[in-house]
Amino acid sequence: MEIILEAGRAEKNYWADLWRYRELFQVLAWRDVSVRYKQTVIGVVWAVIRPFLTMVVFTVIFGRLAKLPSEGSAPYPLMVFAGMLPWTFFSTALGDASNSLISNANLISKVYFPRLIVPAATIVVAFIDFLVSFAILIGMMMWYRYVPGWQMLVLPVFVLIAFLAALGPALWITAANVKYRDFRYVIPFIVQFGLYLSPVGFSSTVVPERWRLLYSLNPMVGVIDGFRWCILGGESQIYWPGFALSLVGVAAFLWIGIRQFRKVEKTFADLI
Amino acid sequence: MLNSDAIITVENLSKRYLVGHESEAAGGYHSLRDSISRQARNLLRKTADMARGRQIIQGDEVEEFWALKDVSFEVGRGEVLGIVGRNGAGKSTLLKILSRITEPTDGRIRIRGRVASLLEVGTGFHPELTGRENIFLNGSILGMTRVEIKRKFDEIVQFAEIEKFLDTPVKRYSSGMYVRLAFAVAAHLEPEILIVDEVLAVGDIAFQRKCLGKMKDVSRDDGRTVLFVSHNIAAIRSLCRKGLYLENGLVKVCGGIDEAVREYIGRGDSDAFDGTIPAELPREYSTGEARLVRLQLHDRGGNQVHAIVTGEPLDILVRWEVSQPIEEGMIEIGIADSEGRQITQSFSNHGGAPAIRMAEGTHEIRLRIEDTIFPGRYSLLAGIHKIDGATVDFVERALDFEVINAGRDDPNYYPWTVRGYLRPMQSWGEPSRLARKLEPAGTTRATNFDH
Repeated sequence: MEIILEAGRAEKNYWADLWRYRELFQVLAWRDVSVRYKQTVIGVVWAVIRPFLTMVVFTVIFGRLAKLPSEGSAPYPLMVFAGMLPWTFFSTALGDASNSLISNANLISKVYFPRLIVPAATIVVAFIDFLVSFAILIGMMMWYRYVPGWQMLVLPVFVLIAFLAALGPALWITAANVKYRDFRYVIPFIVQFGLYLSPVGFSSTVVPERWRLLYSLNPMVGVIDGFRWCILGGESQIYWPGFALSLVGVAAFLWIGIRQFRKVEKTFADLI
Repeated sequence: MLNSDAIITVENLSKRYLVGHESEAAGGYHSLRDSISRQARNLLRKTADMARGRQIIQGDEVEEFWALKDVSFEVGRGEVLGIVGRNGAGKSTLLKILSRITEPTDGRIRIRGRVASLLEVGTGFHPELTGRENIFLNGSILGMTRVEIKRKFDEIVQFAEIEKFLDTPVKRYSSGMYVRLAFAVAAHLEPEILIVDEVLAVGDIAFQRKCLGKMKDVSRDDGRTVLFVSHNIAAIRSLCRKGLYLENGLVKVCGGIDEAVREYIGRGDSDAFDGTIPAELPREYSTGEARLVRLQLHDRGGNQVHAIVTGEPLDILVRWEVSQPIEEGMIEIGIADSEGRQITQSFSNHGGAPAIRMAEGTHEIRLRIEDTIFPGRYSLLAGIHKIDGATVDFVERALDFEVINAGRDDPNYYPWTVRGYLRPMQSWGEPSRLARKLEPAGTTRATNFDH
């Protein structure tokens, strides 16, 4: 094995390296998960309370007070929760990942490994939270005696899309955050606005038809619609042109994110 | 000059850092308006830098700093290279570039083989996780596979001597246990090239010796290439055959370890350093009547040095300035270990010598301490006192120095890391044989020195 180190030399075997370090990825993810739950009293319950209470509030505000329609005959809380799932995953992943490099500064400045591993590993923690929330969803479906359709089987595909949708912006912000710490203040903004800009508390069918395509520029619109389609079965319809556009958005963000990250990756140790 | 056997080839390597300063003029702005306009200008500049994707630098003057300049050398397979130099000479930067942590600004490096670097003990240790969990975590961070760690797990635990605490979170470990565990993991790495930075400076001496032994095995028996940075000249001498001496980012010596170490020690002559006590050192006890200004260490030939070889006397020169005459005064010189614990002191009225009459002006006095300390890193402290014991001035860590191990052929050479500090005047008696036959078992006990 021969390595050549030169200024600005793009590494040919970056992706092969990433594969070689897959065990480090697993170990870091495992570390983040176990540390997260180690010194909390109710541990996993935090992953339950947050989305559950938000779901209750949204149901009351959008469903009861604003009297917005649900999708088909699906119960409003169920529809909200189906949207909450990817959204909570997205926002937790974004927040954790963007701080990950700074909180692992001692690693970055002392050992070499493809830095991409660090933010990617934190997203796994968000995914564990997601699984816990998913258990609540199943509980709720039993409560409402709601039987999902075959669409439920496609859900993993949408989970993957949600993962990629979070990874793109997360990498972009992570890279920027190392250089300019201002970006850490940007995250709560994105998460707060995004919660209302994305169809979390309401169905995207509420959006007028002519704005629908424009609305789908937000990658999370496609992801949330996809989740609802899987979970609510036949009650929810996917707006396919919008969905395709959202996918393009996800891909674009991912491309920008990885590019930006790779560009500054080598200087992290000097900046951090 | 290219050697086909070289496992590491470094050609014209340079590394530049940009450092920001507050400019001189900025120090004295008077009005709020000045201050605001300055802030605004700064903000504009930073925003422009950010938009262009450039690095943001604090302060309003940017200076280039070359941590390494035009460094070239080669390391052959199975060689152990010792890198010496004072703080800031570029040693750590060099190791960081070789470890791929940071990118060179210029130049080229070719590395053939798997590199593991140990720039710190316990990188990535998490205080909340147990010893067992941290072995896996740290091992993977250093580049071991899970299978490898599993295979060596028992060996690691045994080496670290922490069997009983394997399932205790490391935050409850003593610092000694922590370091032992961290080093144990690192010692079981099996890369082709091992890069080690000043990690032996921690831990107790017995464990340090164990680690040195392990590192020797690694290079000698397994034919692994090791790059080793340390201030511990004795350790460097006993481990390495080749040496690289860096000074201000430039290679001064690349050759035999003895040559590199000799240059490193002799650096005092070539440099403008005159032993002036740094102004930033705290002087809590100072009354202002007199002030210590200079402290120098000389070798046998009268050259100013930062290090002496075991067996040489310490020849110390103190200079002080008196602004208010002191009728009867005395000078104190003390020696402290690398952690600042004072190990001995000496006063100028030692052995009934008269007090010093300190008239206004500059004074100087010499102190010679015969060969009394072991190899190690030490510092000198100095004080001015009145004869009744009242302190007039006192500075700790006024001069750092090192006592280095003598050469292999010198009678003062220690082939191991010595314990303790003092090497008092000593004379062993003639051994004598008391009886020709051993007495019945149980009445004598064999004494076994493991040295």
